[in-house]
Amino acid sequence: MARCSVPPKLAIFLIIAVTLILLLPAFGLSFGHPAASGTDQYYLDHSQEQTGSNNVVTAIVFDFRGFDTLGEATVLFIAVLGVAMLFRRTH
Amino acid sequence: MVTGLIGRTAGRLLVPFIFIFGFYIVAHGHLSPGGGFQGGAVIATGVALVLVCYYYRECMEHFIEAKNFKLIESAGLILFICTALAGLVLASSFFFNWLNASGGLFGNAVSYGVNAGDLFTAGIIPVLNFAVGIEVFGGLSVVLLYMFAGLKETTKEEDDAEPHEFAQTEELP
Amino acid sequence: MIANLPFIAVALLIGIAFAMILLKRNMIKMIMGLGILEGAVNLFLVSLGYREDGIAPIFTGAPADAAMVMPTVQALTLTNIVIGVATTALMLVFVMLIYKKYGTVNANEMRRLKE
Repeated sequence: MARCSVPPKLAIFLIIAVTLILLLPAFGLSFGHPAASGTDQYYLDHSQEQTGSNNVVTAIVFDFRGFDTLGEATVLFIAVLGVAMLFRRTH
Repeated sequence: MVTGLIGRTAGRLLVPFIFIFGFYIVAHGHLSPGGGFQGGAVIATGVALVLVCYYYRECMEHFIEAKNFKLIESAGLILFICTALAGLVLASSFFFNWLNASGGLFGNAVSYGVNAGDLFTAGIIPVLNFAVGIEVFGGLSVVLLYMFAGLKETTKEEDDAEPHEFAQTEELP
Repeated sequence: MIANLPFIAVALLIGIAFAMILLKRNMIKMIMGLGILEGAVNLFLVSLGYREDGIAPIFTGAPADAAMVMPTVQALTLTNIVIGVATTALMLVFVMLIYKKYGTVNANEMRRLKE
């Protein structure tokens, strides 16, 4: 179609520009040596005495950041609800 | 969808093991890699295998109905919120780990550092794992069921019938 | 250079994903581009939290005195994966309904939305 919202040349230029801009910090970061690790070190040191869980990732997901998981479960519930409502007419 | 006798039999043999493996991942979420989301996804894979191996109409007639999965999903979310609210009622704050090291269910004290792992530790985390597990299982199964309902599939009699159209076309000059 | 390979892969994957989203007119391919973008973000998060010679942050049967990788980014990745699955299912259902109504999945041919 002729009436395209973004001209393809401009789109290609934007894509290349975004990729190059993202490549700049990729060379600056150092893989294997994270810069700031205070929070994570606290979780690793104290998760067993504060939550009793051996798996630190589960301790974070369900205890330290429980509100995050509550919102995530709500998002999943609402998405499935949307699928069910959209298919109601044809089911 | 064409699923022969071999596919149906293999699916029937594999589905219980997939369910048990998913439940193992959910139950050991606080000890080993995994948790509620991953285990629920594995159990939903078993439901997908049932849907692929058998015919949608047969599944609807016999044991699966989308309404039941919606009930399971809602029950998971309600159990999640109620477990978190119990922390507000019984202890100090929302999402407080009120079962940890209390001596009751899942209340054994964990030994610090590297240990062999005890299933009955970590307080409310196994309960929340179970809640999220059945929620993800129900949710993904509802999505799968509704997407399979939109497919146009053949019936079992048409699949098992002898294919005789090809034999006639070959004889044409 | 070679030590930063995960971050370079993230940048290239994001470029591919943007190209798919902007240049393709097939809606299912646009959703596939969004999936690639999700994968790039997950790879970025996980590789940000990696420590050299680190093991998974689980104490069950772990070797003693080993450095563990960062757990917070892995928790965020878990969140991202689940939400990605839910939203992808919702978008695919939208595409199915659009195909049922308009008979096409091409974003340019759906004139009804423009007029």
